[in-house]
Amino acid sequence: MATVLERVTKVIVDRLGVEESEVKLEASFTGDLGADSLDVVELVMELEDEFDMEISDEDAENMSTVGDAVKYIESKQ
Amino acid sequence: MTNLTGKTAIITGGSRGIGAEIARRFSDAGAKVVVNYSGSQEKAEAVVADIQANGGEAIAVKANVSDSEAVKAMVDETMNAFGSIDILVNNAGITRDNLMMRMKDDEWDDVINTNLKGVFICTKAVTRQMMKQRAGRIINIASIVGVMGNAGQANYVAAKAGVIGLTKTTARELASRNITANAVAPGFITTDMTDKLSEDIQKAMLTQIPLGRFGKPEEVAKAALFLASDDSSYMTGQTLHLDGGMVM
Ligand SMILES: NC(=O)c1ccc[n+]([C@@H]2O[C@H](COP(=O)([O-])OP(=O)(O)OC[C@H]3O[C@@H](n4cnc5c(N)ncnc54)[C@H](OP(=O)(O)O)[C@@H]3O)[C@@H](O)[C@H]2O)c1
Repeated sequence: MATVLERVTKVIVDRLGVEESEVKLEASFTGDLGADSLDVVELVMELEDEFDMEISDEDAENMSTVGDAVKYIESKQ
Repeated sequence: MTNLTGKTAIITGGSRGIGAEIARRFSDAGAKVVVNYSGSQEKAEAVVADIQANGGEAIAVKANVSDSEAVKAMVDETMNAFGSIDILVNNAGITRDNLMMRMKDDEWDDVINTNLKGVFICTKAVTRQMMKQRAGRIINIASIVGVMGNAGQANYVAAKAGVIGLTKTTARELASRNITANAVAPGFITTDMTDKLSEDIQKAMLTQIPLGRFGKPEEVAKAALFLASDDSSYMTGQTLHLDGGMVM
């Protein structure tokens, strides 16, 4: 079974078209990974699907790095 | 000839009038068509049968456009049947005409819910798929009265002017994903919607139309086809007036 980080990484690579090696825990979506505001919305929706969960707008706003997303998802599982 | 081969189009309110004509024309151009309706099941099925008899692919899907759950289910059904959503035509619309002083809250709400909120709900529902595809065409059927105003149609005019504004915002929000949004603003087109107007009103309308006649559903469908095709690839956020010259 893939870890949360591995699954999050796959979603990010697919959606943003970045290299797997760039997806580090401290990488920020908009700064380091080149996401625009629509990309962030799409990413959140893909993560919701991947992990079968609802991520509220407030929680989504607090997720700026890959690590934030992984920590959030792990805390909900 | 305009080609929509391989594309899937959802036409809301495709069971009658302008929507039915758009469904037929899009199918003739090669598109797979979802004929949406809210009540007229037989008419929607007749449009589908017509399309199939001409060698096209179509399904009829019941969904009230102002009900987001029903619209989501329609989008899922479309994906299951055809595997993509390339074109959305927000055509479903109703009138509940009355002078403002006599207009009931219900009449206002019904028209705003179907004609304006319905466009928001359907657009939102297809956006994710179109964003994934990095391509899409959204065509909103507004009305010329949304530009010029019309006594007795406060609800309808407000909704249609709202649709024109919504078209511009949709165009701006989604342009970076190669999704265009444009509106068509028809004048007086001969359908069930206008047949129920009195002869006096129809005569009075005619005097306002420089081309001196009412329009036909196919004249709206041709413009929608242009907006759905590659021919309009550099156009977004615009409203085409198809009104015989009423507004210039
Ligand atoms: N005719 C004109 O002169 C004219 C002028 C300017 C703009 N328009 C606009 O053009 C569009 C089509 O008008 P039309 O003249 O073709 O009208 P129409 O002949 O009365 O047909 C309306 C269509 O909308 C569908 N519909 C109504 N409410 C719906 C809902 N809640 N959910 C899903 N479908 C719904 C109807 O399906 P059901 O029967 O199944 O409910 C029908 O297929 C409308 O947006 C209208 O405002 C018309």
